[in-house]
Amino acid sequence: MKLRKFGLMVAGAAMTFAAGAATAAEQYIPSLVYRTGPYASGGAPWADGFADYFELINDRDGGVDGIKFKVDECETGYKTDRGVECYDRTKEGATVYNPLSTGITYALLDKAAADKIPILSMGYGRTSAADGRVFEYVFNPPATYWNQLTSIVKYIGDEMGGMDKLKGKRIGYVYLDHPYGKEPIPTMDVLAEKFGFTYDKYPVAPKSMTEQKSIWLQIRKTRPDYVIMWGWGAMNATAVKEATNIRFDMTKFIGNWWSAGEDTAIPSGAKAKGYRAATFHGVGTDYPVFADVKKYLQDTGKATSGGNKIGQTLYNRGFVNAAVVVEAVRKAHEKFGNRVVTGDEFRWGMEHLDITDARIKELGMVGLMPPTKITCENHEGTNPAVKIQEWDGSKYNVITDWIPSMTQVTRPLVEQDAAAYAKEKGMTPRSCN
Amino acid sequence: MIYREAGQFKTSYAADQALLTIPMDRWFVMGLVAFAVIVMPIIGSDYWLGSIMIPVLILTIAAMGLNILTGYAGQLSLGSGAFMAAGAYMAYKVATNLPWVPVPFAILLGGCSAALAGIVFGLPSLRIKGFYLAVATLAAQFFLLWLFTHVDWFVNYSISGVPSIADYHLLWDWGPLVTGADASVEARYLFVLGFAILLALGARNMARCKIGRSWMAIRDMDIAAEIIGIRPLTTKLSAFAISSFYCGIAGALWAFCYINTVEPSAYDISVSFNILFMVIVGGLGSILGSFLGAAFIFLLPILLNNAPTWFGIELPADLLSEIELMLFGAMIIFFLIVEPHGLARLWQIGKEKLRRWPFPY
Amino acid sequence: MELLNALLVSPFAEIFGNPYFFMEVLINGLMAGVMYSLVALGFVLIFKASGVFNFSQGVMVLFAALNFVGLMDALSAYMNPVFAIALAGALTVLIMLGVSLVIERVVLRPLVNQAHIILFMATIGVAYFLEGLGEMIWGSDVRPLHVGIPDDVWFIFNEQVMVQQSDLFAAAVAGGLVLTLALFFHYTRTGRALRAVADDHAAAMSIGIPLNHIWVIVWGVAGFVALVAGIMWGSKLGVQFSLSIIALKALPVLILGGFTSIPGAIVGGLIIGSGEKIAEVYWGSAFGGAIEEWFAYVLALAFLYFRPQGLFGEKIIERV
Repeated sequence: MKLRKFGLMVAGAAMTFAAGAATAAEQYIPSLVYRTGPYASGGAPWADGFADYFELINDRDGGVDGIKFKVDECETGYKTDRGVECYDRTKEGATVYNPLSTGITYALLDKAAADKIPILSMGYGRTSAADGRVFEYVFNPPATYWNQLTSIVKYIGDEMGGMDKLKGKRIGYVYLDHPYGKEPIPTMDVLAEKFGFTYDKYPVAPKSMTEQKSIWLQIRKTRPDYVIMWGWGAMNATAVKEATNIRFDMTKFIGNWWSAGEDTAIPSGAKAKGYRAATFHGVGTDYPVFADVKKYLQDTGKATSGGNKIGQTLYNRGFVNAAVVVEAVRKAHEKFGNRVVTGDEFRWGMEHLDITDARIKELGMVGLMPPTKITCENHEGTNPAVKIQEWDGSKYNVITDWIPSMTQVTRPLVEQDAAAYAKEKGMTPRSCN
Repeated sequence: MIYREAGQFKTSYAADQALLTIPMDRWFVMGLVAFAVIVMPIIGSDYWLGSIMIPVLILTIAAMGLNILTGYAGQLSLGSGAFMAAGAYMAYKVATNLPWVPVPFAILLGGCSAALAGIVFGLPSLRIKGFYLAVATLAAQFFLLWLFTHVDWFVNYSISGVPSIADYHLLWDWGPLVTGADASVEARYLFVLGFAILLALGARNMARCKIGRSWMAIRDMDIAAEIIGIRPLTTKLSAFAISSFYCGIAGALWAFCYINTVEPSAYDISVSFNILFMVIVGGLGSILGSFLGAAFIFLLPILLNNAPTWFGIELPADLLSEIELMLFGAMIIFFLIVEPHGLARLWQIGKEKLRRWPFPY
Repeated sequence: MELLNALLVSPFAEIFGNPYFFMEVLINGLMAGVMYSLVALGFVLIFKASGVFNFSQGVMVLFAALNFVGLMDALSAYMNPVFAIALAGALTVLIMLGVSLVIERVVLRPLVNQAHIILFMATIGVAYFLEGLGEMIWGSDVRPLHVGIPDDVWFIFNEQVMVQQSDLFAAAVAGGLVLTLALFFHYTRTGRALRAVADDHAAAMSIGIPLNHIWVIVWGVAGFVALVAGIMWGSKLGVQFSLSIIALKALPVLILGGFTSIPGAIVGGLIIGSGEKIAEVYWGSAFGGAIEEWFAYVLALAFLYFRPQGLFGEKIIERV
């Protein structure tokens, strides 16, 4: 070991690379972001919102219980290998990772567990990570893809006037041809069988995201009653545009929460009026907390990227994501004292997180943030639900209340997939009792 | 006078046929290998070994593969990423379904499947040349990735579609863990290094025996090569097969020892381009160049990303990312202009300078 | 059996069973092909004149469109929108000319006489650079672009066949562009010089054609073509990063048509566009969908097997 220490000293000069860790008194939050590349239009607002909330907490409250946050961004360009490199570079003293990429989340699942650093993948990543017995260090509140899909189907059923009306209906499922887009298909199969509807799959190849003519001509021919979309990046805007071209009823076109950004609808503008998408947080800036954002960040010029993305859907998502992190740190302080918490202590905080409506009101985020209660067994939160937002031609408005998911349908699937994972890895799930 | 080639006499055929005929070179390379095998694991931090050395070595293997095809055999390919994916998916399939195959052999089998894919997609090279062929190899890139995304058999019908790599020992239950998250960084590094050294030796030897010479003959003028009796079919296809074998092994190692998952986007077209960059910047037709090129192309963006913080400059994050991209492009152009034959050529020039040092005349 | 049916029987049954739908797919495929051709044209121009396989053409499309939409938005605050469009267009052409001047000076001139692959790599470097620069100046948001291109659809044949007006407009623009280029190449001094250079560098130089100027002009023309393509694609999708990946859709067009032929780029685009749409609609389901991404390449490969130089490419004569 001595030799090793010596070696470290020798190589120390060359290793300023690794020196990204925070000073002792700050809670270190590495943030893997992508502000360039094909997905930057989604990555940039999220990163802004994420950074801004911590800045707000630092400036307005002086941190949480006196502990300030230090956010350190690392550009991944949405590339898995760059994400792994960023992770290794910043993992020393890291509290939690929010990779905002399916590929990076999957790559970090095991690594982070081995390093005892939690991953908080809000609304993406591995769905079966909701089983906290197998995935001890991964959290995916407030809802997973599978639950999101059940909520969307439920919404469709409600609109038709009852779930039994779904029988014999036809739904088009347009998705990115990537594990991300394929993930909800097993749930879709279960739902199709349960409610008696049929659905057609329309994969969109990742490098041809901007060319969907053939898909939408088929949709024009088959005339499905509803179209559900699982898209990301440039695919979203193209799909909405093509849907307006074939005169598809936009109110029957429902995107998932990654198809909910402004960039999805802006290129079609007023024509996309009525386009709907799921969301797990509020849209716009009409919440008390944004008064503070204006006062402490916008007016002082401290807002990230000049604050030009405040209030966008994905900005709010990053913002809410950061709020969950802050609340979990607060929770961890209750047990471990008001100090910088480690990754493992943060995990405890996450696992005992209970963001109630009252707490959300205190935060000034009523309607912006979903109430979430996480348990050891259920890392998704016990009440997954989504809202539906609608494009009015220039901005989104939330048009429903929370639509609860059919957890009784998805939970067995979650446990089955988690068990398969545990079996392949040769591990025994921990007990939660 | 530090380095010299004059006065090195060989007294036996064995000495004449040695891989490195000059003792100085030999000692240097041996020292380097010894350093990499013994000293690096001791002094390297987790970050250096795990996030710098491992990916660079894996990319080196891929770059050697492409170098065999492009540098030695003269066939331009933009499909390296797909062949890496073929290796990764098949190695995963073998490792999970045939538990009696130890993981190094699973990876080799992955390489073999990639070689098969390489032969199939190398067939057009018999008729198509140059950039036409390069674009044709893109067909492999898109088709193979499409195949792996669509056929669930490759991922054992896993619902998530992105399987994780389990922890495997070196041989069955024997030896240290070499893959997965629980394997120590040192073990993974040495495992990858072993592959890199063996494959580099293999490439170096192939390049100078009959097969390598016929590759180069095809590269320099295929019609002339055909006239002197080199069969273009076997030569070109062997180049494709061996190149893809290397890429396949690199892809499998990438999944098993670096990112821990098998997912299509880790092998997309930008990876193919990056590997081509490594080959060009490192030096076409040079094994050393593959090492240098891989290190350069992988490390440059990381370096650019970190550089401002070393100098205490606080740049807005988005500006930093954009500058990184611009500088990366600019550095590529700069290097191509300064030395179109790559870093390996710079190394050679350096040696020539040293030969005359300290009295250049 | 089921697969054979899905491959050989049911698609044809569907085609003949619903000919209007087939016509719709065909027309829309042809139109999509025209859009690819617009991008492929830029590749051809540069390859013909300087032998450079310019991978940065896709990013040039993005860069031109970003500049255009950025300038247009900035200018329209001060003047009538028509003037703003015209002025932004003119300024963007100037910018692209400047870019081509810089590329010629900094990239092409020092690399003259290098292997093709080196130049190809250098253009990828250019692509990275322009991408970073464009995003640095104009940001990474999606910007809607409205220049008055009709953005609606017509339903013809009893509402059975849908035709997008912007596609027709794009076809007209592409036709106009090809005509302009043809006239330019045939009737202007510069155009003739360009053709001479394309035929034989050394011979052109020996009769006193300044190669460097020609390259600047050719890259400038390619920049102009990129601007046109950028405007067409940008008004379709909004100006955003993904415009640069359409280069990947233009490559099969390029190999099919031949690297050196402008008519080849157009015909190649039409074949690829219609071919991939028909394949996706009628044969896609047999394979599980999303086949158009590789189908274009496989189609191009099949053509290459019979004509290794592309449909309209120059015959390759090899001598020892």
